[in-house]
Amino acid sequence: MSTWASADPVSSGALLAVRDLKVTFPTEDGLVKAVDGLTFDLRAGETLGIVGESGSGKSVTSQAIMGLHRGSRAKVEGQIVFDGRDLLKIVDDDLRRMRGRDIAMIFQDPLSALHPYYTVGNQIVEAYRIHNDVSKAAARAHVIDMLDRVGIPNPQKRIDQYPHEFSGGMRQRAMIAMALVNSPRLIIADEPTTALDVTVQAQILNLLVDLQKEFGSSIIIITHDLGVVAELADNIMVMYGGKAVEGSSADEIFYEAEHPYTWGLLQSMPRIDAVKQARLQPIAGNPPSLINPPSGCAFHPRCAFRDDERLGCSSVVPRFEISDEHPTRCLIPQAERRAIFQTQIETRTA
Amino acid sequence: MFAYVVRRIFVGAIMLVVMSLVTYLLFFAAPSDPARFTCGKNCSPELIEQNRKALGYDKPVFVQYGQFLKGVFVGREFPDDPELKKSAPETIAECPAPCLGYSPLQSDTVSSLIATAAPVSISLALAAFILWMVLGISGGVIAALYKGRLIDRALVGSALIVYSFPTFFIGLSLYIFVAIKWQLTPIPVYTSISDGGIGPWLYGLFLPSLTLALIYIAGYIRLTRAFVLESMGEDYIRTARAKGLTQRRILGKHTMRAALTPIATVAGLDLGGLLAGAIITETVFNYNGLGKLAVQAATTYDLPTTVGIVIVAATFIITANIVVDVLYAVIDPRVKYS
Amino acid sequence: MTDLPTSGRTPDDEPAAASTSTATSTPSSAPTSTPTSTPTATPPSAHDASRDRTSGASGGRRFSRRRKAADDDVALGEVILEVTDLKKHFPMHTSGIIRRAADPVKAVDGISFSVRKGETLGLVGESGCGKSTAGRTLLQLLQPTSGSIRYKGKDVTNADPKELRKLRNEMQMVFQDPYGSLNPRQTVGTIIAAPFHIQGIKPEGGIKAEVQRLMERVGLNPEHYNRFPHEFSGGQRQRIGIARAVALRPKVIVCDEPVSALDVSIQAQVVNLLEDLQDEFELTYVFVAHDLAVIRHISDRVAVMYLGKIMELATRDELYENPLHPYTQALLSAVPIPDPRRENKRERILLKGDLPSPINPPSGCVFHTRCPRYREDLSEAERTRCTTEVPVIQGEEDHRVACHFAGPPKVDVI
Repeated sequence: MSTWASADPVSSGALLAVRDLKVTFPTEDGLVKAVDGLTFDLRAGETLGIVGESGSGKSVTSQAIMGLHRGSRAKVEGQIVFDGRDLLKIVDDDLRRMRGRDIAMIFQDPLSALHPYYTVGNQIVEAYRIHNDVSKAAARAHVIDMLDRVGIPNPQKRIDQYPHEFSGGMRQRAMIAMALVNSPRLIIADEPTTALDVTVQAQILNLLVDLQKEFGSSIIIITHDLGVVAELADNIMVMYGGKAVEGSSADEIFYEAEHPYTWGLLQSMPRIDAVKQARLQPIAGNPPSLINPPSGCAFHPRCAFRDDERLGCSSVVPRFEISDEHPTRCLIPQAERRAIFQTQIETRTA
Repeated sequence: MFAYVVRRIFVGAIMLVVMSLVTYLLFFAAPSDPARFTCGKNCSPELIEQNRKALGYDKPVFVQYGQFLKGVFVGREFPDDPELKKSAPETIAECPAPCLGYSPLQSDTVSSLIATAAPVSISLALAAFILWMVLGISGGVIAALYKGRLIDRALVGSALIVYSFPTFFIGLSLYIFVAIKWQLTPIPVYTSISDGGIGPWLYGLFLPSLTLALIYIAGYIRLTRAFVLESMGEDYIRTARAKGLTQRRILGKHTMRAALTPIATVAGLDLGGLLAGAIITETVFNYNGLGKLAVQAATTYDLPTTVGIVIVAATFIITANIVVDVLYAVIDPRVKYS
Repeated sequence: MTDLPTSGRTPDDEPAAASTSTATSTPSSAPTSTPTSTPTATPPSAHDASRDRTSGASGGRRFSRRRKAADDDVALGEVILEVTDLKKHFPMHTSGIIRRAADPVKAVDGISFSVRKGETLGLVGESGCGKSTAGRTLLQLLQPTSGSIRYKGKDVTNADPKELRKLRNEMQMVFQDPYGSLNPRQTVGTIIAAPFHIQGIKPEGGIKAEVQRLMERVGLNPEHYNRFPHEFSGGQRQRIGIARAVALRPKVIVCDEPVSALDVSIQAQVVNLLEDLQDEFELTYVFVAHDLAVIRHISDRVAVMYLGKIMELATRDELYENPLHPYTQALLSAVPIPDPRRENKRERILLKGDLPSPINPPSGCVFHTRCPRYREDLSEAERTRCTTEVPVIQGEEDHRVACHFAGPPKVDVI
């Protein structure tokens, strides 16, 4: 990858090109800028990891791509170009037809994401038949096949069971089967393993990797867990306060991280692979307000490397240059950032 | 499931027995003399004594209760006197099972009084039930779909106003304006199906059932609106949208299924409570249903009838509770009784 | 303590906080001496040195301040809490017209361990393994079904209400959910002061002053005394819960998933706070969590639970560097490591199937239905042993395993 994103979203050749995406919600306390100017490309077959803490805007981004904010009070601006069409401009019904067929979504908590009163089979068959003119029997056979492929044992019997009769891991497998039933070109997985136990998480992540190879879908995986993206993602975007603060290949985030917030994340995480358990270095303070974000760089109040006098961290808004290979929203000059990472940041990577 | 139903019915039966005992004790073991109220204005000491004997009030209260229970299951006679039956059978009142007592004031068995009044109340309750379910739920759904818009505010606002009016006010207004002044409907008179067929039966029911239903419509608009909104915010609705389903299908299949389940529960209990008579509505429209019978019995100190109606009402409510609980397991697959 | 991550604290606050703790504990001039005669004692130095704290101040303080030894007091490094064959079963009933007692849910099914004063025992496992029930039963928030809990050598398993109340002075709990465990209608001041009122204790200088000192100590602004829980962020709420737990200067705190609801940067703040408080007040933690990285970070010893039983119990580095139980190995290998190059080289040990029901746990070793070693490496005769004979936890004092065929993994798990 030469640049993070190209200038023209339509001719970029990417499957999904997001340009200057903004999502705002009016509230009694003021306008919440949940996503504030997001730009990235996702090519066919690639996996993008979006990493951030609560309130960073990562989930709102995924719902904006699915068009799930339509009909709500949220305002979505910018461009979301999927396969050459701007999803923000097409009519509701066209978008609806793309949902589930071209773009599918896997949610965090499979128990609440599945309807409790309908069988798992009923819900997946419905997802298939809404986009395919097939008989119920044919759809059912296809769904049994899908359940089998996502590793649900005894699918002929399981298809007629209700979600509460499934274990957490099986439910998430069923969600994945539902997402894949139309062989979508893009799968958005929003914290797909956060509600699961670690051994089940390993099974599900393995399954996602295998299925991506089989179906060739692109994946956006949204998570707070850097370990999960380390396993899955080709590229990683770190979000903070509704903005992308750093974007790069997966390796670079871990071995050549450039943003102080990314450094903070790497240092505040306890590591299972660290023989020496050094004291954690938390990021001071709390996440920023999305209604009245800090002036200048949104991260400056918590930044250990801010330099107001020289760089104006509290007044100058840093830019995220998409023409860069490794864009970083930070006022510290790149050479300095690299030096800091090499000398001062103990990421505890082996 | 079967075991659960059996257990619930068993517990329900015990509750009924306990409840009837309590009611019985309350009315007949009170410090007042029950025989005193058996003959209205033309009471003489002799008549009181005669009635006391005939109705069994001279016996200890638990013996009386035992006779009452016997009457419920096998029927009884008033007075329970084999010799009198031989000498003057025409003075004996037969009370076949289920016998809930004999009302000397009305010269009739309580069971037959209730049997006459019950169809009126049940017709009224069912008609009102259909009205309030249809109008209340559709109003609630519309309000939820247009949440925050004018139509939502109008529906919720008028529901609040209706809710705050007393039933007798609504009933009298409808009666006076709709039926009498504007003559939009005929004067409501109850006509049973066997007397006049379905048409007149429905005609007669319209205004009273509307009166009865209005307050429930108001309540159900708010209830439905809340449940639909809650359901629309659920994760599985987001999943349904992400699948690419149409709005209509999401609402019809996914939202309503979840929203209607709790409404069915409440509706079952409300209907159970209403079957035993709508006192105010029946009084306003002069309908001879259970509600009016109850008022009559209470104001004339007709103790056997009062006890009988209380027991019938309790039976309806206990049955409705069991039915609703069992129904719940049918509509919500997560509920498994054992 | 200048590394405390929150605002509103300056190094000048330190003497005040320090004097708070010395008000109740007399500094002893005696140097740290650990009796080596106790069979269960580990050298405290192992505990201290292994945790390479960047903050010298807190590391040094750990053993420097000693409580004056009261009659029933326990020295650092000695067993303060001993659990023997603890069981917690939840009764079930049959279906049918007449209900009878049926097989119970064996949430905790015979666990034994000891906790030493000043250490952190990590209790780790997946959901449904009984770790939270174990934590609650330990504090007798749940009545144990059988087994014994000895605190400072005294059996407190069936303590009467009066004894139990006294025990609550010394054993406290921090809960997972910083939203659910605080009464939304009470001010923070009321919440933190509750232990004083319940126990009828009047701290020096009055309750309010003490509560504000506590708030300051855990990194909350004492001026927020009259605010309600919903006015605080998740991390701050967890600080409130911690302040309430340490208010009475307890000896033992059971922490039930205290950081799992928090974002990673906030989680680190709370973990550091817990570590600092442990140093300052010589606290003993039983730390219940599902996050194996957090457990590795904070624990001195770790017990791995599966279906109500302890599978492996070892000192922290032993467990992570040399896991001997196939379940521990699978658990560790499942954790994704934030290091792509290493991650790509790792071979996962994937467990098949779902957790069996705790009502009818598998016979013999409860793990055999999902055990990769059972499936791949054992002969038919050996398998019979797994399905019929319940493995007893055994081994060296610093590393005990409940497996008939315990041994190192075939691949590197971390």
